[in-house]
Amino acid sequence: MASPRIWLAWRVGVFLTALAPLLFWSWQVANGAAGPEPGRYLLLNIGIGGLWMLLLTLSLTPLTKLTRWKGFALIRRQLGLWTLAYAILHMLSYALFILGLNWALLGSEIVKRPYIIVGMIALIGLAVLGATSNRWAMKRLGKRWKPLHKFSYAILGLVLLHFFWVVRADMQEWAMYAAIAALIMSTRLPPVARTLPKLRHRLSRT
Amino acid sequence: MLIKIAKPSDLHESDVTPESIYLSRRRFMGGIAGLGAGLALSGHVRANADYSDVPEGDAPAWLKEKISETQWRAITPSDPDKDKIAPFDDASGYNNFFEFGTDKGDPARHAGSLETQPWSVVIDGEVNNGGRFALEDFAKPSQFEERIYRLRCVEAWSMVIPWLGIPLADIIKRADPTSKAKYVRFETLVDPEQMRGQRSSFSIIDWPYVEGLRLDEAMHPLTILAMGMYGRELPNQNGAPLRLVVPWKYGFKSIKSIVRISLTEEQPVNSWQKIAADEYGFYANVNPNVDHPRWSQATERRLPNSLFNPNTIDTLMFNGYADEVAELYAGMDLKENY
Repeated sequence: MASPRIWLAWRVGVFLTALAPLLFWSWQVANGAAGPEPGRYLLLNIGIGGLWMLLLTLSLTPLTKLTRWKGFALIRRQLGLWTLAYAILHMLSYALFILGLNWALLGSEIVKRPYIIVGMIALIGLAVLGATSNRWAMKRLGKRWKPLHKFSYAILGLVLLHFFWVVRADMQEWAMYAAIAALIMSTRLPPVARTLPKLRHRLSRT
Repeated sequence: MLIKIAKPSDLHESDVTPESIYLSRRRFMGGIAGLGAGLALSGHVRANADYSDVPEGDAPAWLKEKISETQWRAITPSDPDKDKIAPFDDASGYNNFFEFGTDKGDPARHAGSLETQPWSVVIDGEVNNGGRFALEDFAKPSQFEERIYRLRCVEAWSMVIPWLGIPLADIIKRADPTSKAKYVRFETLVDPEQMRGQRSSFSIIDWPYVEGLRLDEAMHPLTILAMGMYGRELPNQNGAPLRLVVPWKYGFKSIKSIVRISLTEEQPVNSWQKIAADEYGFYANVNPNVDHPRWSQATERRLPNSLFNPNTIDTLMFNGYADEVAELYAGMDLKENY
């Protein structure tokens, strides 16, 4: 059994890894390596980064079932909160760098553009999950905590829809993420979920 | 030769640069970036020096010669303070050219595989002098002109670009359209070997990329076929070796790497109209009053911008070329014909 110190190092390592892309993109912007529209560069990269965080968060439960490794469960809340952080930064990038804090424009944009509304709903959902991810809220919610946090599945759907509506010409990238999402979600189907521990036994025997 | 009527965007005697300013090249370079206002050169002064920071290309000898004989600054923005020329790296590094991928950086990364020499263009359809022409023969009879135009993308960003090219009207007149010719249809090269975007099985564009203009739009003196920019030949990612530039329309109308120009009786169906007719029309005139279904067209982000200054400016009717082109659409409902 690994010592608590190693688990701490694992969690800090995950934290730094999740932070690294944000630092890298900021560094690119600061050094003029982000193209003629740095705000949009940040917006798009952080958006995709947030999708990655969400997919990683949702892959931890099946990975735990598959491997029984404790480390995956230990970073679930952290990655969930990283998803929220990326989502907030994505929204702030839009407000600051694209709208230029022109709130009047925001009003008319939101009404016209369904993908913004879908993104906002997903963000609000993530914020609710983030706010109820602490121990106190878990205790207060008791048995209702788990069904509440299953809303993350719906949020994944909303995020993919948000992304789908933005695509103009080539669906390849979107299709890739949708396929990964479908794979992760398929592990929640009862027959698949039952198979995962058996698969682990078979893997551990060989 | 066209009879030139002075337009607001044309140069006047008063625009001619005093020699003292012209000789100070450092200040001149600063002027391009900063206050181009009083610094615009008169038409026949060789302006290659303006682009000394632009990397030299690999143009064939005939093209270099044509470029050296360019009528520089033939059309310049009426307010060069507002319409500053974008840096070459931005104009050549931030492109929509889906034949090479959908990311803005993809064309610059992948267009190197495009073979532009030799290049030929087919002119066919309702013309008396059709045929296949080597690009060289196609371009030679016309004088190159430098046209500094605003380019407004349908995605609500814009840049100011100094193109080198010839009026499309020259080409059409030489082709001698028949009385049936009412539209011009353009086609981009199809070659999945050279154009990796055409190999994607998820692309929703049905190659070749097709664009079209009404004949009077095509004959308008502002409409050019560009073969160069920034004092050199076109980089591949900008549509080498031959592209259309129609400054009062959204950028996607300005089709790149053209291999075929057909005069037609029927209105062509352009690629974006085919993909999403409710979002992209045949005309695609820049119009702040008609929004794209997914975003507003009332404003645009003038690039390059910076993080905390999106550089958002009001979009002008016909991209600011209304005085020149509005008459083409007199009596038309531009909300219907978007």
